Amino acid sequence: MLKKLQNSRTFVTGMPRVGLSRLALALWVASLCASCASSGSSPNAGASPAAGTTASGSTDSSTLKIVSSLPMTGSSLGQTQTIINGIKQALDETNSAACDGKIKLEYEPLDDATAAAGKWDPAQETANANQAAADPNIVAYIGTYNSGAAKLAIPILNQADVVMVSPANTYPGLTKPGKGEPNEPNIYYPKNTRNFARVVPADDLQGVAAANWAKSLGAKRVYILDDQELYGKGIADIFDQTAKKIGLEVLGHEGIDAKAADYKALMTKIKALNPDLIYFGGITQNNAGQLIKDARNVGMTNDKVKIMGPDGTFEQALIDAAGKDAEGYYATFGGVPGKELTGAGKTWYENYKTKYNAEPEAYASYGYEAAKVVVNGINQVCKNDRAAIRDAVMGTKDFKGLLGTWSFDANGDTSLGTMSGNVVKDGKFQFVSVIKAQ
Amino acid sequence: MKRWQRILLYLAVAYVVLLLGPIAGFDLPRIVGAIAQSPEVLIQQLLVGLINGAIIAIIALGYTLVYGIIELINFAHGDLYMLGAFASLTVINLFGLEDGASLATAIVPMLLALVIAGLFCGGLNLLTERYAYRPLRNSSRLAPLISAIGVSFIFQNLGLFWGGLKSFIPGMGNNAAAPKTFPDLLPRTDLLQALGIQTSVAFTVKDLVVLVVAAVLMVGLHLFVQYTRPGKAMRATAQNPMAARIMGINVDQIIALTFVLGGILAGSAGLLVALYNNTVVFTMGFTAGLRAFTAAVLGGIGNIIGAMLGGVLIGVLSALSDQYLSSRWTNAWVFAVLVIILAFRPGGLLGENVQEKV
Repeated sequence: MLKKLQNSRTFVTGMPRVGLSRLALALWVASLCASCASSGSSPNAGASPAAGTTASGSTDSSTLKIVSSLPMTGSSLGQTQTIINGIKQALDETNSAACDGKIKLEYEPLDDATAAAGKWDPAQETANANQAAADPNIVAYIGTYNSGAAKLAIPILNQADVVMVSPANTYPGLTKPGKGEPNEPNIYYPKNTRNFARVVPADDLQGVAAANWAKSLGAKRVYILDDQELYGKGIADIFDQTAKKIGLEVLGHEGIDAKAADYKALMTKIKALNPDLIYFGGITQNNAGQLIKDARNVGMTNDKVKIMGPDGTFEQALIDAAGKDAEGYYATFGGVPGKELTGAGKTWYENYKTKYNAEPEAYASYGYEAAKVVVNGINQVCKNDRAAIRDAVMGTKDFKGLLGTWSFDANGDTSLGTMSGNVVKDGKFQFVSVIKAQ
Repeated sequence: MKRWQRILLYLAVAYVVLLLGPIAGFDLPRIVGAIAQSPEVLIQQLLVGLINGAIIAIIALGYTLVYGIIELINFAHGDLYMLGAFASLTVINLFGLEDGASLATAIVPMLLALVIAGLFCGGLNLLTERYAYRPLRNSSRLAPLISAIGVSFIFQNLGLFWGGLKSFIPGMGNNAAAPKTFPDLLPRTDLLQALGIQTSVAFTVKDLVVLVVAAVLMVGLHLFVQYTRPGKAMRATAQNPMAARIMGINVDQIIALTFVLGGILAGSAGLLVALYNNTVVFTMGFTAGLRAFTAAVLGGIGNIIGAMLGGVLIGVLSALSDQYLSSRWTNAWVFAVLVIILAFRPGGLLGENVQEKV
């Protein structure tokens, strides 16, 4: 014992080589733990999974609650804030009430991101879904922003009969059989009923539209990258298939390390292949800005090589991250930006600008639309019955929204399919044209 | 090494080789073909790897210095470098410099940023040593290590807070956690073309500056440790602190000096990386720190030349993997090489040279 104490007191040198390598190994483990702790920390992670607390029928509370689960920490905040504004705007228009004032509606925005992760966090998303399932007054869940997050939330809410309407999830496998993994989408619906609908067109449309647009912009040789996430890889794969089908030459397709400090080596390799266009399937938070910078850094100027990405990069945060190199960056979007809407959409856009004195980002109109659909469903049920509200929302037909008249199909997908192409010009995204998915 | 440990290590090596070998093995003809077809691409990637490696090496020096003297892996070092980048961004912003500012107007702010970031990180590291490590110096080895991880979290959150100061510092963007753009101040002019050499290999002024600054820092540190009185005192302390104390060396002061030096290196690295990659973000310290720490271990932790060698090796390895294999596998390759080298040389590549008794 005494000897041991003395040993630990000599604080320097004298360690044999073996000890060194063992120490190095131990430190690896320690550092890995530090990283997982930093991305997994969440205050509510322990909330009890409430699969059994189905609030069926007759609690007859006159106050119903709607929550949203969106990333409000990190660089998604700018985008999320305008979605939340859209939701609040929709609720304000009905004075936060439904069924002629008999039911009061409460709204609470939840955050599914953590500062340490800088983007959505699986533990936090699970905690949010569990919280919603456990609270009998919560009847609808608006979200998520990231498709990977939806994968976690849908099954939890499915068992609790809570309807989930997403303003932004575009991964096809969440709803469409045969478009994702073999067992999708059924694994997300343990109760064999559908509880998830989305008001945005899915990526099987957007990936096709992007490839068509790339061709019409004059690209012949394309290189495809993705961020190795559900959303990013999914849309890159569809772009890949479509590109081959419509006669573009695909020079390569690989995943990037989203945490790398730079991509100069990768971009040097791509430059040597001489592409006309680089497609990046992924989100801004997975280093899209650095990717664009390094493409320009190794000499692929924007008049020679176009860079294109999906709606996950269609936000101001991308321009902030890429700086002047963002100039000329193309982004597709599963819909039409608020500014370009017509009819009811135009009225909404004007109202939004007066109310919040700011420009809505891409998904704000979908946030509004999602909230409207939920309120519409509650109006048909008029009591605290989760299952009935779920069925009412899922059965939405010929809904006159600000994006036009549309319905949910049997899978919960919107019948709308209009896409738009946008480009960064003078530090802002600007609408170029409406593009077709077919 | 005990027999079972050796067996375990060889098993690990065999596992890695079996796992990754086929990926390279089946591809070997293709890779050789690709190199033969365009050797210029190989040269270009070696250059990219060398520059990235030089950057990793500077950060690795901070790990190696501190480990060499008190056998502590200073996990906060990566995050200290991140704060150095933030300090540089702040200075550059206060001068109102923007993309493409001419070198003449940018040179003074850049030098000032170098000095301020160096002093800031040096001072911060000094405080860290005084309040987070020194009180734990005589406790078990694990205590200062955990303290270092704690400091790393504090630094990360400091970076997050700093990124939110947009009302004071214009370049901080819309959002605290978002990556910030660092103005592109070094020209992207191609040196080889300017010299009239017809080749597709690009070597810009920017690359040259990074290489030169990195080289100056590394050579400077080496000379300092080898040939100055405080440098000698550092080496003496590293070898045997008790004996050094008996010989009249103020060991506490020398350790503090080491931390200041490490901090200055971290600050310079922060500015350099920001200038090279043009991005500053509060999470950049973790990834860079991990790579630099790997480089330090690879080269033989505690050994200054080893850290440089390890950094360059990792940089070149990643560049080649990105080019000839897939970027999906790059990290796997880097760590596979680390495991293999540690299996046969547990002290790292140049590890034997540390701590020789005179």
